Amino acid sequence: MLTFTIRRLILSVPTLLFISLIIFMLLQLAPGDPMAQVPLTVPPEVKQKMREALGLGAPIYIQYLKWLYQFFIVEPQFLIDWMTRETVLFGWLPDTQLSMVYDADLQRLVPQQRVISWQTRSAVMDIVIQRIPQTLWVVGLAYIVGILIALPIGIYSAYKHYSVFDQTGTFVTMIGFSIPPFFTGPLLIVIFAVTLGWLPSIYDTTHTVNDWASFKYQMQQMVLPVMVLALQTTAQISRFMRASMLDNLNQDYVRTARAKGLKESVVVLVHVLRNSMIPVITVIALGVPSIFGGAIITENVFGVNGIGQLLITALFANDIPMVMTLTFIFAILIVFFNLIADVLYGVLDPRIRYD
Amino acid sequence: MTDTTEIDPFAALQDKEPPKPPRSQWLDVWDQFKKHKGAVFGGVFLIFITLAVLFGPYIWTVDPQNLDIRNKNVRPIWAALFDGDAKTMWSRPFGTDNLGRDILSNMIAGGRASMAVGWTAMLLSLIIGTFVGVVAGYFKRLDGVLMRLTDLFLSLPILPLLLVAVTLFRQPLRANFGPEGGMFILIVVVVGITSWMQTARIVRGEVLALKEREFILAARSIGTTNGAIIRRHLLPNVVSPIMVSATLGLATAIITESALSFLGVGFPSDFPTWGKMLADAVPRMEEFPERVLLPGIAISLTVLGVNYLGDGLRDALDPRIRGR
Repeated sequence: MLTFTIRRLILSVPTLLFISLIIFMLLQLAPGDPMAQVPLTVPPEVKQKMREALGLGAPIYIQYLKWLYQFFIVEPQFLIDWMTRETVLFGWLPDTQLSMVYDADLQRLVPQQRVISWQTRSAVMDIVIQRIPQTLWVVGLAYIVGILIALPIGIYSAYKHYSVFDQTGTFVTMIGFSIPPFFTGPLLIVIFAVTLGWLPSIYDTTHTVNDWASFKYQMQQMVLPVMVLALQTTAQISRFMRASMLDNLNQDYVRTARAKGLKESVVVLVHVLRNSMIPVITVIALGVPSIFGGAIITENVFGVNGIGQLLITALFANDIPMVMTLTFIFAILIVFFNLIADVLYGVLDPRIRYD
Repeated sequence: MTDTTEIDPFAALQDKEPPKPPRSQWLDVWDQFKKHKGAVFGGVFLIFITLAVLFGPYIWTVDPQNLDIRNKNVRPIWAALFDGDAKTMWSRPFGTDNLGRDILSNMIAGGRASMAVGWTAMLLSLIIGTFVGVVAGYFKRLDGVLMRLTDLFLSLPILPLLLVAVTLFRQPLRANFGPEGGMFILIVVVVGITSWMQTARIVRGEVLALKEREFILAARSIGTTNGAIIRRHLLPNVVSPIMVSATLGLATAIITESALSFLGVGFPSDFPTWGKMLADAVPRMEEFPERVLLPGIAISLTVLGVNYLGDGLRDALDPRIRGR
């Protein structure tokens, strides 16, 4: 199992490199000049200098290698420096200076060049780190809520196959599966924010939680986006759970367990459920990156300024380094959770051994 | 000494009529399909929507682009039921938008765009997926390469990449094919080449199993070429998984197109699609909820119908479930 995991980890490196190359080439092929917003009064030679400062003068492969170097080597160095300098966990270690290089002209250490956003001229990763908590709060909570609702629905509707509960559950999950989030979002806003006035319609990210009332407001404003995202998760996972339970309920070992005189709850919730969870857990792992992708729309509807909204604004502003980095982060998430799903499958199901 | 018990020696040789006329496989499939109420509803609704967007403009001849600024913000006809003062007109049954454009004809035109994108993108992804799947399953040498390629595509972040591609390539394609044509080609191609992977995997699995069967061996032993084996023997046998993934593909393509339009990177602003109508209506949905509801319900019902159709087809085409 360990060899398999290590082999998969090593294999994911070329995959990620290839994906980054695809994204990079796609962005290179695209027209659009980052200097388009610069006033016309700026002389062309100054513009040329600015272009070179953004790293645009170099040939394409140099730009690509430079991006790789900055993303995989410089950024982690900055992260380590920051951790030894400011965090509690590693702050007791001596401050590292990994990200600094000696500059011969200035006779002192200067920070290395990082991936710079063309929009704000600040480091891309700093902005991403600022935005990630908002996305994680909304998306993560939605995913957990969705799973917690989906599992009992799936189990019960498989157990009571063709009952009214099963029919209704299948119908509702089918609807949740089919209605796109950009429709459920406005619909829920109209119902709960406009007509009933129970919940705020826009997510206020500057809101700070310091007492009970502000905590309550924070919970209220998270309800709608979480509901929209959780509806989709619930629909997908409960369908899987139901199908997987149905597969297992007719197996011979279930009859054996019943014949032994085990209680029905033990048969269903221990014997069948444990075996049915194997494919469902991998589906849950595989669904994590796609819900990040889906959050792009939900964040847009509710004005959550997470990484999805960051991607959209960067795209419209033609901010290539930001788009490149964000898309690549999504790709890392997908590859990483694919790996987790594969490994989990092997760990949970002893019949599957990869090596 | 001959016994008188009469044995009719010809009874065994008589060619009796079979009790029931023979049934073809597709009749069985149809019988199973009919049992699935949701699937029948989905199929009927899909046909209805397709016909409505195809022939709707000839029946409801109001120009969707026509700006009738005097009659702007007309409420739909049913608004008069609960609000007597609402501004309604029988000549504008679904009302008009803030520029006085008729919403019914916009819905028909928008459905045309959405369905056209959906069907074409689905066909494109089916063709790519079937091709890759058959080649990977049939030719052992290409299997490894093609399946690694499929895995790579599966690990691409689809929605971000779609957004990137559509935003960045809008300008050159518009210049070459016109604003609507360029966008149509772009969305169809981009959705098509990012959604073929599931089809390819399913088809490859089926082909791998079929390839070892005796009828393929028989075909090869009489000298059938690879191309003919694929065309005559393999493809007809993988039709059912392809049909099921076609329905899923149609649903995804419609949703993706609407999502792109909703995010404002789809078709140009004067070209209605359901997603764009929905996005345009969101800022004023408190006063005019029907402008959000109508396109939203249209998208949702179409996708729901297509998904149910897929469910029913999967059950009907699976011989293990059929007849149960």
